[in-house]
Amino acid sequence: MAGKAELAVRCEGLVHAYGRIHALAGVDLALPKGALIGFVGPDGAGKSTLLALIAGAKRRQRGTLEVLGLDPARSRDRRELARRVAYMPQGLGKNLYPTLSIAENLFFFAALYGLSGRRAAARVDALARALGLFPFMDRPVRALSGGMKQKLALACALVHDPELLVLDEPTTGVDPLARRRFFALLEAIRATRPELTILFATAYMAEAERFARVVAIDSGRVIGDGPPEELCRRTKTQSLDQAFIALLPAERRRGHRPLVQKSPPPSGEIVIEARDLTKRFGSFTAVDRVSFAIARGEIFGFLGSNGCGKTTTMKMLVGLLEPSAGEAFVLGSRAGADTLAARRRLGYMSQSFSLYEELTVRQNLELHAAIYGFTGEEARHRVADQLARFGLIAVAERRPRELPLGVRQRLQLAVATLHDPEILILDEPTSGVDPIARDELWGFLLELARRRGVTIFLSTHFMDEAERCDRISLMHAGRVLAVGAPQAIAREHGGGVLEQAFASLLANEAEEPQQTIGLAFAGEPPPDDIARGFSFSRLFAFARREGRELLRDPIRLLFALLGPIVLLLAMGFGISFDVENLRFAVLDQDQSAESREVLRALEGSPYFERYAELARFDDGDRLLTQGAIAFFVAIPPGFGRDLLAGRRPQLAVWLDGANTTRAETARAYVIAALETSFAQANPAKTLQSVPVRIETRLQYNQEFRSTAAIPPGVMMMQLVMIPAMLAALAVVREKELGSIVNLFTTPATRLEFLIGKQIPYIVTAFISFLSLIGIVVWVFDNSIRGDVGALALGALLFVTATTAFGLVVSSFVQSQIAAIFATAILCMIPTVNFSGMLYPVATLDTISRTIGESFPALYFQRIVTGVINKGLGWEALWSDFVVLLAFALLFWMAAVLLVPDQER
Amino acid sequence: MRAALRNILRLGFKELWAVVRDPVLMLLVAYSFSVAIVTVARGVRTEVRDAAIAVVDLDGSTLASRLVGAFLPPLFKPARFVGLEEVDRVLERGEATFVLLIPSGFEADVLAGREAELALLVDATAMALAGNGAAYARAIVEQEVSRAVARSETASPVPVRVEVRARFNPNLEAARFLSITQLVNNLTILAIILAGAAVIREREHGTLEHLLTMPLRPFEIVAAKLWANGLVVLLAALASLFVVVKGVLDVPLAGSPWLFAFGAAIYLLAVTALGVMLSTVATTMPRFGLLSIPVFVVLNLLSGGFTPLESMPRWLQLAMQLSPATHMVAFAHGVLFRGAGIAILWPRLLAMAAIGAACAAFALLRFRRTIAAVL
Repeated sequence: MAGKAELAVRCEGLVHAYGRIHALAGVDLALPKGALIGFVGPDGAGKSTLLALIAGAKRRQRGTLEVLGLDPARSRDRRELARRVAYMPQGLGKNLYPTLSIAENLFFFAALYGLSGRRAAARVDALARALGLFPFMDRPVRALSGGMKQKLALACALVHDPELLVLDEPTTGVDPLARRRFFALLEAIRATRPELTILFATAYMAEAERFARVVAIDSGRVIGDGPPEELCRRTKTQSLDQAFIALLPAERRRGHRPLVQKSPPPSGEIVIEARDLTKRFGSFTAVDRVSFAIARGEIFGFLGSNGCGKTTTMKMLVGLLEPSAGEAFVLGSRAGADTLAARRRLGYMSQSFSLYEELTVRQNLELHAAIYGFTGEEARHRVADQLARFGLIAVAERRPRELPLGVRQRLQLAVATLHDPEILILDEPTSGVDPIARDELWGFLLELARRRGVTIFLSTHFMDEAERCDRISLMHAGRVLAVGAPQAIAREHGGGVLEQAFASLLANEAEEPQQTIGLAFAGEPPPDDIARGFSFSRLFAFARREGRELLRDPIRLLFALLGPIVLLLAMGFGISFDVENLRFAVLDQDQSAESREVLRALEGSPYFERYAELARFDDGDRLLTQGAIAFFVAIPPGFGRDLLAGRRPQLAVWLDGANTTRAETARAYVIAALETSFAQANPAKTLQSVPVRIETRLQYNQEFRSTAAIPPGVMMMQLVMIPAMLAALAVVREKELGSIVNLFTTPATRLEFLIGKQIPYIVTAFISFLSLIGIVVWVFDNSIRGDVGALALGALLFVTATTAFGLVVSSFVQSQIAAIFATAILCMIPTVNFSGMLYPVATLDTISRTIGESFPALYFQRIVTGVINKGLGWEALWSDFVVLLAFALLFWMAAVLLVPDQER
Repeated sequence: MRAALRNILRLGFKELWAVVRDPVLMLLVAYSFSVAIVTVARGVRTEVRDAAIAVVDLDGSTLASRLVGAFLPPLFKPARFVGLEEVDRVLERGEATFVLLIPSGFEADVLAGREAELALLVDATAMALAGNGAAYARAIVEQEVSRAVARSETASPVPVRVEVRARFNPNLEAARFLSITQLVNNLTILAIILAGAAVIREREHGTLEHLLTMPLRPFEIVAAKLWANGLVVLLAALASLFVVVKGVLDVPLAGSPWLFAFGAAIYLLAVTALGVMLSTVATTMPRFGLLSIPVFVVLNLLSGGFTPLESMPRWLQLAMQLSPATHMVAFAHGVLFRGAGIAILWPRLLAMAAIGAACAAFALLRFRRTIAAVL
């Protein structure tokens, strides 16, 4: 046993739980430095959790863990580890940025480790050349093949010359050639850096046979640990695959029998045929003139790496996609969108689980029975049959999400075969399923094909599965490289080994040259003095990257800039307290000169518009009911006489009270119009006229236009909601996509990460401010009376504070949609109701006012109306600037404290 | 045809099940139709209330203090005295919306029958308050002065009595208007979000694709989404109408609630179709969220539920005829406030149905295309 100092990783009693589920249930390991160690086990076994803990991406819960003699739970040790450990998380290129190019990704990682300028360029250049990425430096990650993504992720991991390399399933979904090259690359690196330790998780047992030492994990426990040969010897098995099954606890193995292949079927009529089938998405050709023919009862395997066109081809066959060229026939009829009858004879299982999680196993089967038109007794019968045949009776009332992947796939197969289809099209039915469940699933498939004559067309990237098919087709980059019986292809191209055959066929196709290995560690390693505290260069690295990503996402950018404009226009025109063209009617039962004065008084006002003269009271009421008029005036008989006699006759005004805002305004204006008119005329002369003149001066908005008063406030509102939302989304997106792991495992600090990501949104929001102020001035026809500089500075401070608020929101929401609605709900009330935007702050009660004063909106509202309407400058508003700055600082502090620096 | 109907029903039941079993969605629905309506109805005001007024009294006379004393709650907060030099600051900081300037010699002028002058400064940026508040302030001043002159507590400066009576809502209680407006707004928001999110959730989980490989037409899938999500919102809205609006807020309903329910059902089909349409334009949940917000804000603000249509520019009034919400607001006001019947309101129903059909047609057109475009 190696001494403690030589250990790369040591853990004892490591336990990690997600809720009630134990991902790790007590793991003890001691892994020496300088070794290449494999971790094998099915999906969900706990491999990823273990590796993430070692890499420092997850927070340790229980047990002890030492990495390179340091403790990842201590923050000082973790910062040290960040420089010495590199982590490639599961999911190809998950920590890469899909819209950025290879070079941009590499330079970003270099910047995180303190490399800049010429040194960064030299390092990036050397790595790219060594890994064969150099010819494609400007290609966005999104457009890379699985193999290239894998190499780029490795290059990014090597940028700081780590001592420990943690690779979580780097080869899943990658074609065999790329897999081989990847191993060759690792060997080359190990040759130049013998002290480098590599931890390598894989789902391919066959691959694990290359490792010097294998750690087998199942259900959160280590079930085997040692060199592969030793594991096989100990379990008396031939391959690691079988050894793994032998190592499983007895109850998991029960019922497992090795599969026995039956004889191939007689060849017969062609049921699936593709002729020059082609699918293009824009300029990208996903499937390129693919042709094949499949006979009834055949098991036909489609082999190829992720993204090679398998799924697209299958989708064209089932009618989900229309081919761009060529044609396909299924059971004699042309595959396409409107072939309802043909679809009844077809069963399809998509790549990921595609049944309803909210329904139970039984309900899912029942729904499908109903859709295929089975009713009553027959439906019940079929559902019961499928439950029994696929061993689902015990879980019939459970929901799929509670079931292991193998059982879920069994359910999918049960659903796909419920209606006795003649053809089954299965897209990677065994991906991620453990070896036992895989054999089980194949048992069902063989039975369907051999006993019932069902034609099965399936895709896989497991070579051992390919060997079980009657015929296979090898696909790469949208094209079929070879079709035939697996044994024949293996013989012809690979000396009897199928994987070799695939690799050599691919080698002729490969776009990138065979890399010049051994160069991997040329160039200058990063400085040893990586800034341990706050670093502006890292902050700007985050800002640059976020900015680039934003520029390449037109929908987000459109929303960021166009959204506020649309909303400002809508609200600016929509929120109006102006009274114009209120329609009215008059019921004149007096018909005197004095009564006509009433009509004149109203018609003379710009606020009102005469709609009708009424003959009867009921007509007025009817018009009100129809919503045709806002009010009508009823003038009683004898009005003129009483007026002249000084008896103060009564005028009745009937209002439409439905819309109270409008009714209130109408009331005030009607009374004013009538009273003023009569007070001035005062035909009776009986009352002494009041000797007072009230001069009303409308300050700041002489014409009393809503378009002067409302749009500035609405502009303020747009600078709260959308910038906060976008900033929150920026962080939550990284949580969802997984690239936030770069914050956890690199020397970057939270403050650099947060402010760096915030900067592009501050800039966007400020541009948005400029466009909005343009609309306020030109579309709504206002002039800025005060100090424009003060307004601009206020806006800058304000959007800094509101985007910082978005960062705070991002710390407690997990999904992008939650970020959108949480931000909207949290901002809405203090912004709209308590900021003085619609109702003056002076009218608010204490509680509302306190809420308003605890949010930046109120202060910027004061600056906005202050500068635009009231003509103010610095002197009058300085305290509001100070408060906005304080909010920004406060939100930053909160965000830094609340955003996790490790995953839980 | 029968098979299609059966499929629509069966898929719809599945949909109902999914919504009802989602606690977050149910909570959102419950919140929107209870707390959200009550808080807005009780909290937001459309009338002049608690307006802040400041007085500069340079006269210091009995009449001046009589004037000041006449500004009373609920219209005004008790007046606050300020010096002449403070006036600008008070208005600039928004500490008062109105400032009344009483010049020295004011009382003497009034009593001597000379024309006296007062100034009322109004912060006209506070539109919600400024116009009506100024009218009230003037009326108060005129009344107090004429009573002082006539030495009578009933004197009026005006030779006519204008008696204003409001139909449908005699006391102009804002809660009535706001609760219904809010009800319609929430119908819109929930229908768009529920239906759109249901499509996107199915697309993201791959179940939509799965449905399309079965003997189902896109029309059946979409129709199931419309009726099921629409029904959830409709039932919640009706419960809210009876329990919250009629019960808690005590709003009398003039017309038939069942006619309202009928109109709301048509409206919901139209807006759920709009939601599905948006989900075919924005194909991921975050994009859908970003797109739907401006859409329902525009629908809610510009459809006459908040500001009457006639206060908007003519072109905007015309454009808003394309919004189903415009017709729903008119319909809801007609039925619930004015007690109008179907004889008056049928054109509104027709318009909603037509707009809904157009949205559904557009959604279907794009439906299949967006399923496949996963790239």
